[in-house]
Amino acid sequence: KEICLNPGALSTLDSITLMYPFFYRPMFEVIEDGWHSFLPEQEFELYSSATSEWRLSYVNKEFAVCPSYPPIVIVPKSIDDEALRKVATFRHGGRFPVLSYYHQKNGMVIMRSGQPLTGTNGRRCKEDEKLINATLRVGKRGYVIDTRSLNVAQQARAKGGGFEQEAHYPQWRRIHKSIERYHILQESLIKLVEACNDQTHNMDRWLSKLEASNWLTHIKEILTTACLAAQCIDREGASVLIHGTEGTDSTLQVTSLAQIILEPRSRTIRGFEALIEREWLQAGHPFQQRCAQSAYCNTKQKWEAPVFLLFLDCVWQILRQFPCSFEFNENFLIMLFEHAYASQFGTFLGNSESERCKLKLQQKTMSLWSWVNQPSELSKYTNPLFEANNLVIWPSVAPQSLPLWEGIFLRWNRCSKYLDEAYEEMVNIIEYNKELQAKVNILRRQLAELETEDGMQESP
Amino acid sequence: MEHIRTTKILHHHIASVEKLALTTSGCPLVIQCKNFRIVHFIVPRERDCHDIYNSLLQLSKQAKYEDLYAFSYNPKQNDSERLQGWQLIDLAEEYKRMGVPNSHWELSDANREYKICETYPRELYVPWTASKPIIVGSSKFRSKGRFPVLSYYHQDKKAAICRCSQPLSGFSARCMEDEHLLQAISKANPVNRYMYVVDTRPKLNAMANRAAGKGYENEDNYSSIRFQFVGIENIHVMRSSLQKLLEVNGTKGLSVSDFYSGLESSGWLRHIKAIMDAAIFLAKAIMVENASVLVHCSDGWDRTSQVCSLGSLLLDSYYRTIKGFMVLIEKDWISFGHKFSERCGHLDGDPKEVSPVFTQFLECVWHLTEQFPQAFEFNEAFLLQIHEHIHSCQFGNFLGNCQKEREELKLKEKTYSLWPFILEDQKKYLNPLYSSKSHRFIVLEPNTVSFNFKFWRNMYHQFDRTLHPRQSVFNIIMNMNEQNKQLEKDIKDLESKIKQRKNKQTDDILTKELLHSVHPESPTLKTSLCFKEQTLLPVNDSLRTIEGSSPADNRYSEYAEEFSKSEPAVVSLEYGVARMTC
Repeated sequence: KEICLNPGALSTLDSITLMYPFFYRPMFEVIEDGWHSFLPEQEFELYSSATSEWRLSYVNKEFAVCPSYPPIVIVPKSIDDEALRKVATFRHGGRFPVLSYYHQKNGMVIMRSGQPLTGTNGRRCKEDEKLINATLRVGKRGYVIDTRSLNVAQQARAKGGGFEQEAHYPQWRRIHKSIERYHILQESLIKLVEACNDQTHNMDRWLSKLEASNWLTHIKEILTTACLAAQCIDREGASVLIHGTEGTDSTLQVTSLAQIILEPRSRTIRGFEALIEREWLQAGHPFQQRCAQSAYCNTKQKWEAPVFLLFLDCVWQILRQFPCSFEFNENFLIMLFEHAYASQFGTFLGNSESERCKLKLQQKTMSLWSWVNQPSELSKYTNPLFEANNLVIWPSVAPQSLPLWEGIFLRWNRCSKYLDEAYEEMVNIIEYNKELQAKVNILRRQLAELETEDGMQESP
Repeated sequence: MEHIRTTKILHHHIASVEKLALTTSGCPLVIQCKNFRIVHFIVPRERDCHDIYNSLLQLSKQAKYEDLYAFSYNPKQNDSERLQGWQLIDLAEEYKRMGVPNSHWELSDANREYKICETYPRELYVPWTASKPIIVGSSKFRSKGRFPVLSYYHQDKKAAICRCSQPLSGFSARCMEDEHLLQAISKANPVNRYMYVVDTRPKLNAMANRAAGKGYENEDNYSSIRFQFVGIENIHVMRSSLQKLLEVNGTKGLSVSDFYSGLESSGWLRHIKAIMDAAIFLAKAIMVENASVLVHCSDGWDRTSQVCSLGSLLLDSYYRTIKGFMVLIEKDWISFGHKFSERCGHLDGDPKEVSPVFTQFLECVWHLTEQFPQAFEFNEAFLLQIHEHIHSCQFGNFLGNCQKEREELKLKEKTYSLWPFILEDQKKYLNPLYSSKSHRFIVLEPNTVSFNFKFWRNMYHQFDRTLHPRQSVFNIIMNMNEQNKQLEKDIKDLESKIKQRKNKQTDDILTKELLHSVHPESPTLKTSLCFKEQTLLPVNDSLRTIEGSSPADNRYSEYAEEFSKSEPAVVSLEYGVARMTC
């Protein structure tokens, strides 16, 4: 009864444990438990065959060293857990540099961390310097990509944060990029959604509102930074360390998008799920805080920000430019967007692994992956045009190449009937093509059999 | 040895040549083309640059029609082939298809000798009640003598789209014959007695014209008309709008905000939307109210052509086919005297007459193909190809400004028609998703909410390959469709071969069974089971491969200035300047 009177209360439940995932009982048979689909050990095995320079560390087993890190992380082999503990005190939120991605082609890596706590008097940490340098080969240089502008990074020193001084990290070159955060992104989303929902706008007003929302500017910034990171790795043959302030938002956008660009596996359905598990969930993106109210929060939610949605939009942009290189289609991204904000599954609950452990999500809720990875569900999300390609894919970041993601933002405002029908027709043509190919093969075989039989009969 | 790239630019496509300030590496020369290609050259020696600049200027500005490419273009066809090409589109046939002449509309011979209106075609359709004196009288009351005539007849609704130029009404002038003619048009519609008069201009412009003795219809003087302004801007506004659009898009390192604020301030999409809205007004008048519509602007050859042709395209699915679209262009644009040569600047003339009116029409059609991906038989490449040729002057269709002028130029004897060449290449222009099942009078009802209008990247950045998706779904589906046809054929072939074999075998077996009652198990059966699955026609593979993943592609230079400053493509003179094809 109370709910009827106050539906708002329902959308702002105080306790996570009152949320739907804790009451949801699946009506399907779980073939594969999604909670165990992407274990860090398995992920590491993929690398360990290629390199022995890295190891799994259990230093954060009790979440004591870094509350937002998972219990298991990948670090340079030469750095012991004791050093890691020291480095953690020198990095924001205890987020010491860990391996995010290993580029098999040339052995270069992407690492991520929180900002170094240099403060105004330029504090140093020998272990930190050692750790970072340990990832470089002899004579090689690396790039630190700071996702904040130089100005913002300098201001951070006053609050105890800061950035790597080149004097102390002589092998590293720092590049500042500016990716916006929190309320700026949130306001951007609110403006954009508002513009999209008003169909009475004349052309000038629509274009100026679209522009004023700055949404696509953020898309361009994020994609550009991800391309830059990928370029360092693949073209310059240099490893990179990526961080902003906390290392839980823009940092993850960049590390995960760089992998989409560089790593064919992350463009498959399973690979992409693993990427989200690794680079977003395990890496401690605070989903609970960021994805609470979406564009429609009346009260100013301090932590609300569409960081993950921006990431999905960027993936969609790349997908649009390389429509055959992804195993999944647009619907897959839309589905992930929906579940990040509201879901019957426990996957996106909580702000970190430690919170998820405390909530006992694995025992009490169902994993999204258990549902999605059923064959019947997967078929909705499979891209019929997919053909694996092992290349690095470089997207264009020119404004003319970055359209609005209509599938999300105009979803309820446009008539997609004709577009859907055209898509169906396209699928039909592809299916028909497969059918015909199969049929031709069968007939050819038949004919060949008949010919050999004839040959047999004629020979005696 | 480095691969030498040659870029071919047709001299008629050159819109402007610009010499920039001398740099250390040489003298930069920028050529802007009418098909929106922009080429940067760096010529090592300033003097050479100056020479090239001058010769390009001369080449791009022809004084006489006879110097245009079409008069020297020779596709090695004989006279009868050429004539056949010109006969491919037959407008008399088209009017017959529409259902005229009939009991309400007839062919008028009033303009047979171009005596009444020089810029109209010889053959015009008018209400049968409109006598010659009425036509003559009306033509004298209309700008350039362009009196109301039939543009499209909707057989199902028995309603018509008619076109004309503005009346010479000034503040109070009247013309009985003109009033009669309009009444005759409304009476030619047996269902609905009122008709719309659509003035495509903004009201202010139309009012200003009154001072010059022109203007618009006074509703009080004409019985049964409903008058309507739709507010499409004139050719000068459109020209500067496009210029602004191109300027913004030509900016290096363009930011998202600059792109959208430039798009907004250029007004380009607003204009496109206005044209589309006007066409929708026409279609609705006919479909919903069953009313005929008379369309005019000032002279009735720019906005009127846009609106009439687009309106017909919404109403009649025939115009959404390849052949039908050619017919539409021949009818509403070429025959009714859209001044292609002036608007496209074919000859060195008044730059104020140049305007992207036809380009806008193509863009409106493109927007429709985006909203209705299955409604059109043709694809985007078809529209781009037509756009290419309104400027190329390679074919005779778009030369001249009206039919009379074209006849005087003897285009049908001296030049070739574009359409047969396009049809020959039809495969390239087919929309693989086209659903032809739809009924002839299925009306397209586009939604013109602002967010449905998007920047047409493939037109305005046709040649900036780095901006386009690296894999084209469209091409893959197109090829797959082709492949499917081939496979269907293969299957038929194989089936008939198998049938033959089987027939032969049963015959053989019958005869053999008489000889040997026992047949040993065939040892070859095993090998035949191992028959390898053949992958067929690898047409898609090349399409799916990604351009731009090789280091030669410098797209990534745009990500960061830290690594490299992007510079204009340098083509040194020794390696061949863009070759001039003549």
